[in-house]
Amino acid sequence: MRSRREQLMAALTILPSIALLGIFVYGFIGNSIHMSTTDWGQEAAMSLTPNIQSVGMDNYRDLFTGFLNVRFRQDLVNMFFFTLLFVGLSLLIGLFLATLIDQLIWGETFFRTVFLYPMSLSMVVTGTIWRWILQPRGGINILPTLIGLPPGEFLWLSSRTQTLVFDWSHIFHYICLILLIAVAVSTYGQWRRRENKNLARKLVLCAVLMGIFLSGILTRIGLLNFPEAHGFNEALWGVVLAAVWQMSGYTMALYLAGLRTIPHELREAARVDGGSEFQIYRYVDLPLLKPITASAIVILGHIALKIFDLIFAIAGPDHYPTSMPAITMFLKTFRGNELAVGSAIGVILFLIVSLLIVPYLVVSFREE
Amino acid sequence: MKTLKWLKAATVCAALILTLGTIASAAIGGELEIFSWWAGDEGPALEALIELYESKYPEVTVINATVTGGSGVNAKAVLKTRMLGGDPPDAFQVHAGQELIGTWVVAQRMEDLTWLFEEEGWFEVFPDDLFDLLSTEEGIWSVPVNIHRSNVLYFIPENLERWGVEAPSTWDEFLEIAPKLMNQGVIPMSLGENWTATHLWESVALSELGPDKYGDLWNGELSWTSPEVVGVWELFGEILEYTNPDAPSLSWQQATDMIVEGQAAFNIMGDWASGYLSVTLNVQPVTGYGWAASPGTEGMFMALSDSFGLPVGSPNRDNTIAWLKTIGGLDGQDSFNPLKGSISARIDSDLTKYDLYLQSAASDYQTGQIVGSLAHGVVANERFMNDFATVMDIFLANKDARAAANAAHIVAIQSGMTK
Repeated sequence: MRSRREQLMAALTILPSIALLGIFVYGFIGNSIHMSTTDWGQEAAMSLTPNIQSVGMDNYRDLFTGFLNVRFRQDLVNMFFFTLLFVGLSLLIGLFLATLIDQLIWGETFFRTVFLYPMSLSMVVTGTIWRWILQPRGGINILPTLIGLPPGEFLWLSSRTQTLVFDWSHIFHYICLILLIAVAVSTYGQWRRRENKNLARKLVLCAVLMGIFLSGILTRIGLLNFPEAHGFNEALWGVVLAAVWQMSGYTMALYLAGLRTIPHELREAARVDGGSEFQIYRYVDLPLLKPITASAIVILGHIALKIFDLIFAIAGPDHYPTSMPAITMFLKTFRGNELAVGSAIGVILFLIVSLLIVPYLVVSFREE
Repeated sequence: MKTLKWLKAATVCAALILTLGTIASAAIGGELEIFSWWAGDEGPALEALIELYESKYPEVTVINATVTGGSGVNAKAVLKTRMLGGDPPDAFQVHAGQELIGTWVVAQRMEDLTWLFEEEGWFEVFPDDLFDLLSTEEGIWSVPVNIHRSNVLYFIPENLERWGVEAPSTWDEFLEIAPKLMNQGVIPMSLGENWTATHLWESVALSELGPDKYGDLWNGELSWTSPEVVGVWELFGEILEYTNPDAPSLSWQQATDMIVEGQAAFNIMGDWASGYLSVTLNVQPVTGYGWAASPGTEGMFMALSDSFGLPVGSPNRDNTIAWLKTIGGLDGQDSFNPLKGSISARIDSDLTKYDLYLQSAASDYQTGQIVGSLAHGVVANERFMNDFATVMDIFLANKDARAAANAAHIVAIQSGMTK
């Protein structure tokens, strides 16, 4: 039993950080949400007493359907593809490097430092370096000429080519497809592991989603009354390359730590049972690395969703094919004086990041 | 009860300090905080101005608050948070014209400076066209410290001779010689990132519309959807066919490098490129590089200007006024501009202090018709400029003149430029 005095001390110690968090995190989130429902950004936005009217959800509606906010919508699409590629490639390369280094007999410290080092650079430095390396007239594109091949032609950051083009009006159709794929993958995994809990329910969900997708009923929602093409911008490859270069070493460190925590007895037992080295890797190591993958996805994912500095340095603020919501938020707020719209983008970004982080927190809390 | 007493005491103290503060700042002395984005290459020019100020007013301590970053993108963000927080600097750098008026004047954060212009006799020394750009009906809002020209066509005469072409004086001529250059593996017009495209666009618009209609575009009398403006976008699209495909990854300096290295024939840039050519690349005017007004804009001077105003609530108002007098004065302008690579906004400046390029610019400035630049904040407010960057980037991708004109029209309405 703690004494009252100790309890009081504990409360007092924690009070400053609670107050600071309350004001500077939660208070400001609340303030942003409030601002996003106003029209702050009309003519005299920078007045000491700006005339601010409440406009409800107009800013949000305009962002998703307004004619001029096409940039924000492309930002969302860019963010989706960037996050997918960046997280996916970082995980693969990180796991690959960690596996190799784990097998090393000597030089482990050296290689670990080499691969981890890019992480110590700031995103702005990485962006500037890669901007030079990816110059269409120099850097990576003239490498082939060193061995007598013609120079590369790919416009790493300046390409305006789009693939996987779709009409924004059909966005719900494609969200349905993404959900379908996600549910199907998870159901398949469960079925293979022979966990029958909720399996039937998931199968039904799969069937419903597939039905909706195949019927194309969602394409009838007329979100916009004009066609608006979005897609995967090839210019993103340059950004993905730089970001993966920076963060795959970090992912490697995570996996390496994970591999080290796997008890030797497990591997020994598998060897005694006649498992080959590959089988041990596949059926002992990889399943035990799952929690690492989960936390890596959350860490890398929230970096990808909020990415700003790297893009600003590598491609500049006004390069539409590599733009992200955080960039548009900054420009709308501080260059265009549309503070309410900037807040609205901030709130949307906050919700998207929450979608990633909250489930993770819930699961971790439950485990504790 | 006790708290109330304490509050009272605090209020009295605060009032006392405030009054004392007002009395103290009624005379020159103390501090002067100058907020700008002049660092790096432009730093020495600002230093020269500050030195001049300090020699005139030794009792003032100048605080040079620079926030680096091209064309002030970071500085403007910092300035806005400070102004919204009620903590204005004594004086801040701002592009003269709508960038100042559309953001700070409409918000009633600037003091009218008409009295200062009268007192200093500046109505005689600044050209009349310039006042149209600096002022509204309510007053004059800033003191221009320099003038840059945006409609300049740069080329290397030696290279042009080798390729058998001459500098075009109209866009028709350009479109005629462009295929000839392409056949020799030369890019006719080098281009850089997004804002340099807007920069090229404004020169094309000025040539197609002429100075009067170009002005009408900004005061709302010429519609963005009119055939003339759609024609500007169409011509601009044709010109883009003769630019480098990697433009978005190049800075304006790299676009200038292309003409020096013989990869491109022409480049349209503001005349800060002259300073870059002669100081950084050591290519001298006339002997090394040549220049002309951008095609179809002979006799027109597309101007932009850095300026300082007097913010409402400037903590050291008298020091700021002394600063404005210094930068608007003849010796201030002639000590700053040769180092900055720009010309004086005054028509009585001493041209012997300037290099060959700047002398020619100054003579055009004094005789030509002055219009304001879009890319550099003179004719359009910040909201318009921010959204126009998006309109431009969409056009660069799809080259749809009609769609771009429509989008710009909506931007003009939403930003309050067209009623």
